[in-house]
Amino acid sequence: MRRASVRAAAAIALAGAAVFAHAQALRGTGDLGIVVERAAGRVQVVDTTARASLATIDGLGDLSHASAVFSRDGRYAYVFGRDGGLTKVDLLAQRIERRVIQAGNSIGGAISQDGRVVAAQNYVPGGVKLFDAATLELLSDLRAPAGPDGKPSKVVGLADAPGGRFVAALFDANALWLIDAADPRAPRTTAFADAGRQPYDGLVTPDGRWYVAGLFGEDGVALLDLWHPERGVRRILDRYGRGDEKLPVYKMPHLRGWAVAAGYAYLPAVGRHEVLVVDTRDWREAARVPVAGQPVFVIARPDARQVWVNFAFPDSGKVQVIDTETRTVVRTLEPGRAVLHLEFTPRGEAVWISARDDHKVVVYDTATLAPVATLAADSPSGIFFTARAARMGF
Amino acid sequence: MRPVAALALAVLAAAAPAGAADGAPAPARAREILALLRQDCGACHGIRLTGGLGPALTPGALRAKPSEGLVATIVSGRAGTPMPPWRDFLSESEARWLVARLLAGDADAPR
Repeated sequence: MRRASVRAAAAIALAGAAVFAHAQALRGTGDLGIVVERAAGRVQVVDTTARASLATIDGLGDLSHASAVFSRDGRYAYVFGRDGGLTKVDLLAQRIERRVIQAGNSIGGAISQDGRVVAAQNYVPGGVKLFDAATLELLSDLRAPAGPDGKPSKVVGLADAPGGRFVAALFDANALWLIDAADPRAPRTTAFADAGRQPYDGLVTPDGRWYVAGLFGEDGVALLDLWHPERGVRRILDRYGRGDEKLPVYKMPHLRGWAVAAGYAYLPAVGRHEVLVVDTRDWREAARVPVAGQPVFVIARPDARQVWVNFAFPDSGKVQVIDTETRTVVRTLEPGRAVLHLEFTPRGEAVWISARDDHKVVVYDTATLAPVATLAADSPSGIFFTARAARMGF
Repeated sequence: MRPVAALALAVLAAAAPAGAADGAPAPARAREILALLRQDCGACHGIRLTGGLGPALTPGALRAKPSEGLVATIVSGRAGTPMPPWRDFLSESEARWLVARLLAGDADAPR
């Protein structure tokens, strides 16, 4: 009798738990992430341990070329949409916490070292806007220096840097831009003119010291020492670029994934079917690895033993794996049509790959190089895991 | 969505034999080209064609430009900018058809 009532009580408690599980279940965020469904304006919240989708969140606007950064507690994703939308997504409550339309045409953003400021980089109007990460209140609006057409330059390659700073590249103004946002309501900017023609993307190295911007309009790479910005921009890798024979580039490479493995950076060549290997001690080219197409993302597994590469149209159905010890391609995979992005789990035992035209995300075991799970997704593009919250330049 | 879009294109093609004579691609090819427009051109021009690193391709943005110049830009690219030549993937008549669709604001890709 007594036992029965205990059982009944347990059953009621279980039923209650099931009803309120969504609201009450405690969990961390370290194995969460989002998958962007670019055409539908949605994101999926995914769990990299269960290899499952937990929820789909609608209403994020135009997510072509969307990117995301995370709050340092890993709970919130800040998603930057092409239409200028900045959406703060609560991964635990699985809903949109806040959303603002902050520009006419945007391309991405960054979050400050202390996690308090979210910065958006915009094409129209060209500039950077700083927001309170908690409320999305606009803190300051920085208009970029003008390009040749007199309009503020499009801003690319925005990244956070140590010391409460942000760095960006100005595509039309041929300049780099250092933003000291220690006081985000009164940021101080320094423009480095003549950094190189048409910087198309940039990144901060994993140690936070260097800002590196690829140039589209000429060969070479612009390098800024964030320990010594007063020394100005240096030009390195004068053979990096499109070269004399300007090959058509069907998609701009992304540098944010620039892999640094064991002291060597692996960079996507511009237009060429090559990945460049650069010694980060002296910034000289050490090798070139022939690959299957024009590389877009070149990303190191967290332990840096492998570098994974995807490609621009028309080779976007392939992914290649480079062994960093021998600097050779060890496997060519065909995860699906139009591979747009790949993201490693925090310690790299698996990698998630989006295949836009096959409407799926394929998870590969990075030891066996075999697919281990497939998730359905509507035109998936970017995949972003919360481990980015703890990485400089992400 | 997909069959409906395909059907609509098929109906359009059937209803406009003159268009076909002008080099309008067959329905399946038209679908491919419009998907290419949204997804691959869209990488720079935006999936909604409202612009990005490249300029907007909306009728309002294109209206002032001569259409032969637009066709030439698609086929041969534009020096000094990231716009590549697409001649390996689009014929000149396909580019002309695409420009007409863009100018008419009628370049919805089947999904």
